[in-house]
Amino acid sequence: MKAGERLAPLEIEITRTLVVSGAIASRDYQDVHHDPDLARRKGAPDVFMNILTTNGLVGRYVTDHFGPTAVLRRVAIRLGAPNYPGDTMVLTGTVEEVDGDTATVRITGANSLGRHVTGTVTVTVTVTVTATADHQEAPAGGPAGGPAGRPAGGPAGAPAGRPAGRPAGGPA
Amino acid sequence: MDDDELAVRLRAFEGRAAAVAVRGKDPVNAPMIRHWCEAVGDTSPAYTGPDAIAPPTMLQAWTMGGLSGHADRTGAYDELSDLLDEGGYLSIVATDCEQEYLRPLRPGDEIVFGTVIESVSGRKTTKLGTGYFITTRTDIRVGGELVATHRFRVLKYAPAAARSAGIPVAESSAPRAEDRRISAPRRPRPVVNRDNSVFWEGIRDHRLLIQRCTGCGTLRHPWIPGCNACGGAGWDTVEAGGEGTVYSYTVLHHPPFPAFDPPHAVALVELAEGVRIVSNVVGTPYDKVRIGMPVRLEFQSYDDELTLPVFRPVAS
Repeated sequence: MKAGERLAPLEIEITRTLVVSGAIASRDYQDVHHDPDLARRKGAPDVFMNILTTNGLVGRYVTDHFGPTAVLRRVAIRLGAPNYPGDTMVLTGTVEEVDGDTATVRITGANSLGRHVTGTVTVTVTVTVTATADHQEAPAGGPAGGPAGRPAGGPAGAPAGRPAGRPAGGPA
Repeated sequence: MDDDELAVRLRAFEGRAAAVAVRGKDPVNAPMIRHWCEAVGDTSPAYTGPDAIAPPTMLQAWTMGGLSGHADRTGAYDELSDLLDEGGYLSIVATDCEQEYLRPLRPGDEIVFGTVIESVSGRKTTKLGTGYFITTRTDIRVGGELVATHRFRVLKYAPAAARSAGIPVAESSAPRAEDRRISAPRRPRPVVNRDNSVFWEGIRDHRLLIQRCTGCGTLRHPWIPGCNACGGAGWDTVEAGGEGTVYSYTVLHHPPFPAFDPPHAVALVELAEGVRIVSNVVGTPYDKVRIGMPVRLEFQSYDDELTLPVFRPVAS
């Protein structure tokens, strides 16, 4: 983890299913996120992704990169071009700053219309000690009292899969 | 109602509560976490199993009213929204989301949140149309403990005629500092909220109000909800007489900020009443400011909207 490190790009296919399931999973029933007719009446060509889903994708992108000990501290995003079904968003990220075990990552998600999202994510990554998952000690609370490191129990250390959205081919 | 009148009425919503101590519709729970993870394709092991946490970026979902809405919100946000609807600003789009996570949420946590309308921008023309940015700040608590904060900005706008919404909201359309630099640079705006709105009302009337605990009488500044001497929540105000001395100061050389002309001195002034306030010393060069310098309060107007308390050395 060092400044300048680039995250492997992640391509997300924007399907109607992703837009709608993201909206409903975030309990956002604004019609522009699930009803194409009403979306068109409001001037959009189709339904479009809600900000909560974008937030979730950005969080996932960063924690997938840093692995299971990554703990999100702050996510700040700004939306630009909407994510419409049929488009593809490519998330890219660069580590901007590293302070101890905390990194600030600058994120961009671009689609065919331009930049859908820009923002920064602050993430704390606990350095893994040479211990098996069973014997990993939960370190004392990190800054701001949050849990540094994930408690053992889940399949810690298992590589995170990427079902929706495949890693883009570009260099890491 | 013309635009100027609308702007004044919109501005009055700043600092008003949009939600006070609203309980989340559901406790943090594994099924909703799973649905979220499936939707966004997040397979992190942190979100499953007996020690699961909720995905931090799912924060706002726990505050959503869903189809049934929240019955216990204050009317302020609806009033603001209605006012903009009446003005023809019928469309809405979210533009910014800033979240800080102080500790993870876990299944079983019951959240309670409060939301304040932090600011309403002036009228902005964006590629989507013309409208107003509304920024809210939500504090999310569990059992009284602050667990996360959530700042959210929406654009309430009238769609630009003969355009489709396939056009992005340009980055420059949000009210950021660069926009303001085009004309004369303006000082940053104070963040006015429920805790300090009376202070800022006082400043508008050229009165520097100090908060006083009604329990133990201790004076305090800056404004906070409770007394740091006795913990009491009750307070009233005392108007500062205006006499003070420079308790400490620093000189800002770099980086330069728009609307400020470096180098300039930033002073911590101890008022005769005993509390201290961060301000500027005016009417003297930055390198003549000294600790212990007697100063007197005055009010300086920077533009139509902004008046600030400042201090001027007392000629001795």
